[in-house]
Amino acid sequence: MTTENKYDGPILEIDKLSISFFTRLREIPAVMDFSAKIMPGEALGVVGESGCGKSTVALGVMQDLGVNGRIVGGSIKFKGEEMNTMTPERLRDIRGSQIAMIYQEPMASLNPAMRIGKQLAEVPMIHEGISESEAMKRALEVVTDVKLPDPARILKSFPHQLSGGQQQRIVIAMALMSKPSLLILDEPTTALDVTVEAAVVELVKDLGKKYGTSMLFISHNLGLVLETCDRICVMYSGEAVERGSIDDVFDEMQHPYTQALFRSIPLPGADKNARPLIAIPGNFPLPHERPEGCNFGPRCDYFEEGRCDSQVITMEKVSGNDRHESRCLKFKEIDWDAPPQVAETKEKAPPGQVVLKMDNLKKYYEVAANALFGSGGERKVVKANETLSFEARESETLAIVGESGCGKSTFAKVLMGLETATEGEILLDNKSIGNIPIEQRDTKTIADVQMVFQNPFDTLNPSMTVGRQIMRALEIFKVGNNDAERRTRMLELLDLVKLPRAFADRMPRQLSGGQKQRVGIARAFAGDARIVVADEPVSALDVSVQAAVTDLLMEIQREHKTTLLFISHDLSIVRYLSDRVMVMYLGHVVELGTTDQVFAPPYHPYTEALLSAVPIADTSVKKKHIVLEGDIPSAMNPPTGCPFQTRCRWKDKVAGGLCEKEVPVTRTLAEGHQVKCHLTDEQMTEMEPVIEVAAE
Amino acid sequence: MGLFILRRVGVMILTALCLTFIVFWLTNLYPNLEKLAKTQGNFRMSDEAVTSYLTNRGYTQSLPVKYGQWLGVLPGYVIEGSDGETRSRCEEGKTFCGIIQGDWGYSTVFQDEVSTIVAKRLGVTGFLMLWVMIVMVPGALIIGVLAGMREGSGTDRSLSTVSILSTATPEYVSGVILIALLGTKAVIDWDTVPFKGSATSAIDDPNFWNMFLPVITIALYGMGYIARMTRASMTEVMTAQYIRTARLKGVSFPKIVMRHALRNALIAPFTVIMLQFPWLLNGVVIVETLFQYKGFGFALVNAASNNDIELLLGVSIVSVFVVLITQLISDIGYVFLNPRIRIS
Repeated sequence: MTTENKYDGPILEIDKLSISFFTRLREIPAVMDFSAKIMPGEALGVVGESGCGKSTVALGVMQDLGVNGRIVGGSIKFKGEEMNTMTPERLRDIRGSQIAMIYQEPMASLNPAMRIGKQLAEVPMIHEGISESEAMKRALEVVTDVKLPDPARILKSFPHQLSGGQQQRIVIAMALMSKPSLLILDEPTTALDVTVEAAVVELVKDLGKKYGTSMLFISHNLGLVLETCDRICVMYSGEAVERGSIDDVFDEMQHPYTQALFRSIPLPGADKNARPLIAIPGNFPLPHERPEGCNFGPRCDYFEEGRCDSQVITMEKVSGNDRHESRCLKFKEIDWDAPPQVAETKEKAPPGQVVLKMDNLKKYYEVAANALFGSGGERKVVKANETLSFEARESETLAIVGESGCGKSTFAKVLMGLETATEGEILLDNKSIGNIPIEQRDTKTIADVQMVFQNPFDTLNPSMTVGRQIMRALEIFKVGNNDAERRTRMLELLDLVKLPRAFADRMPRQLSGGQKQRVGIARAFAGDARIVVADEPVSALDVSVQAAVTDLLMEIQREHKTTLLFISHDLSIVRYLSDRVMVMYLGHVVELGTTDQVFAPPYHPYTEALLSAVPIADTSVKKKHIVLEGDIPSAMNPPTGCPFQTRCRWKDKVAGGLCEKEVPVTRTLAEGHQVKCHLTDEQMTEMEPVIEVAAE
Repeated sequence: MGLFILRRVGVMILTALCLTFIVFWLTNLYPNLEKLAKTQGNFRMSDEAVTSYLTNRGYTQSLPVKYGQWLGVLPGYVIEGSDGETRSRCEEGKTFCGIIQGDWGYSTVFQDEVSTIVAKRLGVTGFLMLWVMIVMVPGALIIGVLAGMREGSGTDRSLSTVSILSTATPEYVSGVILIALLGTKAVIDWDTVPFKGSATSAIDDPNFWNMFLPVITIALYGMGYIARMTRASMTEVMTAQYIRTARLKGVSFPKIVMRHALRNALIAPFTVIMLQFPWLLNGVVIVETLFQYKGFGFALVNAASNNDIELLLGVSIVSVFVVLITQLISDIGYVFLNPRIRIS
């Protein structure tokens, strides 16, 4: 062990690695010609959209590709030792002690029937042969290291008793039990809330420094890679297309795909009217339908026929930069500083009159304290929505922001009529609908208030053609007198969401995620909806598709003067497209104002933390670091007084422990800007902006 | 937890009441009673004689009343018969005599108290079941785990074939084949026949030679089923992410199977094993008749074919409770195996 630690060459050296999966029909190449090098203490980020092969690289390094996967070429050297030819015994020695892995879904990667302590202690017991009591002592130390409260209790609990964030910390602790020299992180924070994500990322960074661990960080989030890594490798369709240091790639990108990727994510400064996002046209090629030559060719702006599609393209060095390479024939010819072609700037439609009004809306749930054993015992009240009041105008986008459990989905349900309000009113055109369940609403109201769902994969009926599903909606909304009329209308709707008319006869499984979401949008607009609740409409989609779907929503809104209620946890996209923002925490609206008001000080302390937690993929942005301690309290058992007081960093500025005693009243700071906080106006004005864009 | 068990017991008693009522109703249909009267009295009885015979013995009372008396919640009948004799359901001095009081009635076939018959037979059959379980459960789990730990491998295929074959062969087929092969000289010309084809002697002197064939016959049938379930559950667990975690922690394959997979894989088969008890009762009826093993199932067959109402009722109520109690054990055991349910 000690001799291995003295090695000072590259920790991991991957050279021209190719991995294929073998099915009955054919060989499917998942990774082709992938090279990378990680030096001691270095962190390499691998970025790409889903299906690009980044996770396969990680599993390839671990030599764990399953029954169908095989390494078909190249080499992987760990500390100079070839891994492809290692014996299973040697591999087992290295796994867990030298190379450790952190996974995407912490809940699934912990054994549900084994206590945490035992799962942790297993690692040193296998690799160092120490006794169980000693291993337990080590486990206690590491659990303390990953900043979990009450480590002794946690060691004795089962995985399901911990929250998502805590579980992920346990997985990290497990990876660190034997002080590995390489840590592979496969989308470690995708399943977590933003503020929890920020804390976990911070932890990984600190621990990496403390133990001098090298990292292979796999993510689809460019911002996260910017925050955690030294070097980056961008992958597209099984190939690395560009790699280099973070600064080189972010500021002097040399590959069209990297450029397109950056242009399609909402960075601060992007604006839906003046500087819209540019979506990458076309679709990600399936692994067995890759084009000749450059894989990105068909979607590339700089594509040159006869050149880009006629030869094998290799990685080439970008002169002047350290280890910066690009897989593009034309990167020396392209003018990388040219500003993007702005299609057209669009007029912002002025908000019209008030369509929707919430007045002191409350939604409480009653739940049995113990779900399985008996209905006895006291019942608990979950306050999912607490005194919600706001107005939404015609052709306005109101974003509702908050983390899981904040009550944003409950609100959507009440508005849709899937639940009825406990108290208060929802006024649609001055008509109260808050207490009318959806079965009793008239067709007009149902057609007026529609929803676009988060997961387009589950919300389409898999055994009905796309066209039929839309026509079904039209039937329900009583649009058109016969099938022929409805069919015409359905084709118009497909035009509206920019899908080819031929798609009417397709089954949902033949569509990609983005196309399915378009069908979802078409269905929502079938009855000329005036209010559309979009519940995280793009979060299940890939980055390059997100921009296109977002733009589509905006365009339809401009044309139809729709009121869009955009529910999201992604502040970047909220800033990009919304007019007003409502921040929710544990059922309370903590801040409400125009986008500019919410994104600039004075903030509510929670908004401040939320803003700082969002990773931004821009090297010129300076962010203040605010890491929230602990997890979001359970709505079953909310803290006394202000809901945010348990995690608030401003709490001690308020005299007399007022935060713990009283729920603050909502007060107006500026025209249309409300905050629910005990801080005085002076303290509010002292707040500094969280995000600063350095002058260019 | 206490409340949970209490509620389950309540539901159980209610189910038992309903089921026994159905059995009671069916056994007390008039044709049955008529047959009873004729077997007990005289085969050449006239219709009037049958009626008076039944009326004198309380059989013509309304069904709920009879059921109540049988249960022991209504006072037993005292009827002055048409022949001038006064008959009462209960012994002298007692007003209530039913299942609850421990009066299970008198078997007409075995000429003995039903309660003694049931108790004795249940003990004998319990002994058989115990050995079936001892052979079947570990065998099935081992086959299932071995087959499931490497899906698609040669071991998996061959073990799966064996278990499918064994479940696909009902007891009355496998029993006959086993007797022919190992219990007689019919197929193989043994010098001395290795096992006894009849288990009658096992009641007084159970040993390996006379118990082997009935035990194996029942076990084989259930084994394949449980092995299939275990295999399915095992293959699912082996592809779970936490198994990958364990593998990438450097845990060796045998330890992955033993420590990480086994407990999770056993949660589903456990319920199945408990559900096997009712199935076993089923098999017991066939096997005990086939091997002349005079146990519970044998008694049931005899009671049914001889219209022995009291014994039939006694046997059915015991069966109902065996089934319901195994269900209760299965639910409780499930909670203990699965920590996600235990601490909610």
